[in-house]
Amino acid sequence: MTQDEHKEGIKGMVNPSRYGIERFAYWLMRLTGLGLLAYFIGHIYETSNILRGQVGWNEFLELTQTTEGHAILAIVIAMCVFHTVNGVRVMLGHGGIGVGKPARPDYPYEPASQNYRHKIGIYSAIVLAAIAMMYGLAVMFGE
Amino acid sequence: MRESTIMKIHYGTALAAVALVAVHILMRLTQGFAESLEYDSVLANYKFIPYAAMLELILILLAVHGFNGLRVILLELKQGRTYEKAVSYGCLAAMVALIAYGSRTIIMTNMGMT
Amino acid sequence: MTQVSRITDEQTPTSTSSTILLRISKFNPEHDDSGRFMEFTIPYEKWTTVLEAILDVKKHFDHSVAVRYSCRQATCGSCGMIINGKPRLACFTKISELNSNVVTVEPMNNFPIIRDLAVKFERLFNTHQKIKPYLIRDDSELESDEKEFLQSPEEVEQYIQFANCIKCGLCNSACPTMATDSSFVGPQALAQAYRYVADSRDKGKDSRLKIIDDSHGIWRCHFAGSCSQVCPKGVDPAMGIQLLRGYLLGFRG
Repeated sequence: MTQDEHKEGIKGMVNPSRYGIERFAYWLMRLTGLGLLAYFIGHIYETSNILRGQVGWNEFLELTQTTEGHAILAIVIAMCVFHTVNGVRVMLGHGGIGVGKPARPDYPYEPASQNYRHKIGIYSAIVLAAIAMMYGLAVMFGE
Repeated sequence: MRESTIMKIHYGTALAAVALVAVHILMRLTQGFAESLEYDSVLANYKFIPYAAMLELILILLAVHGFNGLRVILLELKQGRTYEKAVSYGCLAAMVALIAYGSRTIIMTNMGMT
Repeated sequence: MTQVSRITDEQTPTSTSSTILLRISKFNPEHDDSGRFMEFTIPYEKWTTVLEAILDVKKHFDHSVAVRYSCRQATCGSCGMIINGKPRLACFTKISELNSNVVTVEPMNNFPIIRDLAVKFERLFNTHQKIKPYLIRDDSELESDEKEFLQSPEEVEQYIQFANCIKCGLCNSACPTMATDSSFVGPQALAQAYRYVADSRDKGKDSRLKIIDDSHGIWRCHFAGSCSQVCPKGVDPAMGIQLLRGYLLGFRG
């Protein structure tokens, strides 16, 4: 500890264990966003190999169409589905949709914004991501 | 640009990209995953102008959304006038560079310059 | 590195009560390089609050423990601290509710430490002031004998929840953006911005929206909801922030 702002820092920001599934979704949203951006940059580079003609393209396919390549792609599929579904949930929430209505608070003060609709949205995003990943694995390894 | 305008663009690009990326993935699946990645098949995709235009659009939408997302994360990690300017302009430059690099692939392949 | 000093009370009558190990963070920024924990064995009853346990320590073991408190009934917002890892009001948290034999108290995160459990509130008060926490309009009911600003119960319902804020700072301490962003307005101030924007007597919506539409304003909230989960008064800042953002996105008029 120092005489500074005593900020919790990155460790506190990414710690998903204390504030329920909503904080976990926040953390996962960031992680999948960064992962997808990294994949997107890689994908742009990967597809630029088409300019090297058939030989160049096939050489690159040999590198990516491997067990490891398919496993990475499956993770990308899961990240993409989670980021999309949870993103739609967050976007609706940001517009004030599904966050409840203001009312006189009563003890024990359950926050209306942390309601079952958003929890279902988060769990759906996780389940759909898992299903999409399994489907992707079946398609890639099934051939 | 006001932050609300930037974030409206962020949401807009996300929604548009979801629709177009879904089409892009469906194209891989309907053709058969391995077959769709064969050289001739990919080349045919690029030469089909509506599809090439869609790829260009996806490129722009995802680059704008992705690098703005990165800018947001970086702005929240550290503060300071110089740092924040560097992050904003750095992300903008990276976005433009990626769009330029991706467009080069799409345009040159579409024009048969492979 | 964190050091630990342990004191066990053998004089305090334990009678029928149980005991807990109370770990108090000790740190003086003016003298210390690092924090340490002092450990005390404290008797408690079903109704004993964490604040009462800390005051027991001050009375019987170590009077130097720095803690801010006043009303002891969750009204003044003075005794916010991290209790077993989460921001809570010490006067509003019963030891028996924590279901733990060890109670660890630390100063709130994202607030500079004055000493031990007492933190500085300047930033919270500054951001609160920044969003203009008062009714903005050209006329005033104080200047005229005839006029008063009437409101229907439905209009009051729109903001009364957010008027319950006691400025304890727990929401700012729990917020993941506040954990790294020194310039972020914070959930407390944003919820208060909504409180005034939603007030039918207020005409300052545009000026407030302009203030929060900034690179470290409302858009740095990502609806993680941690602020609402720790609020001891049911303010639900996350709801207020999303409703406020609805104005900027055009969902609300």
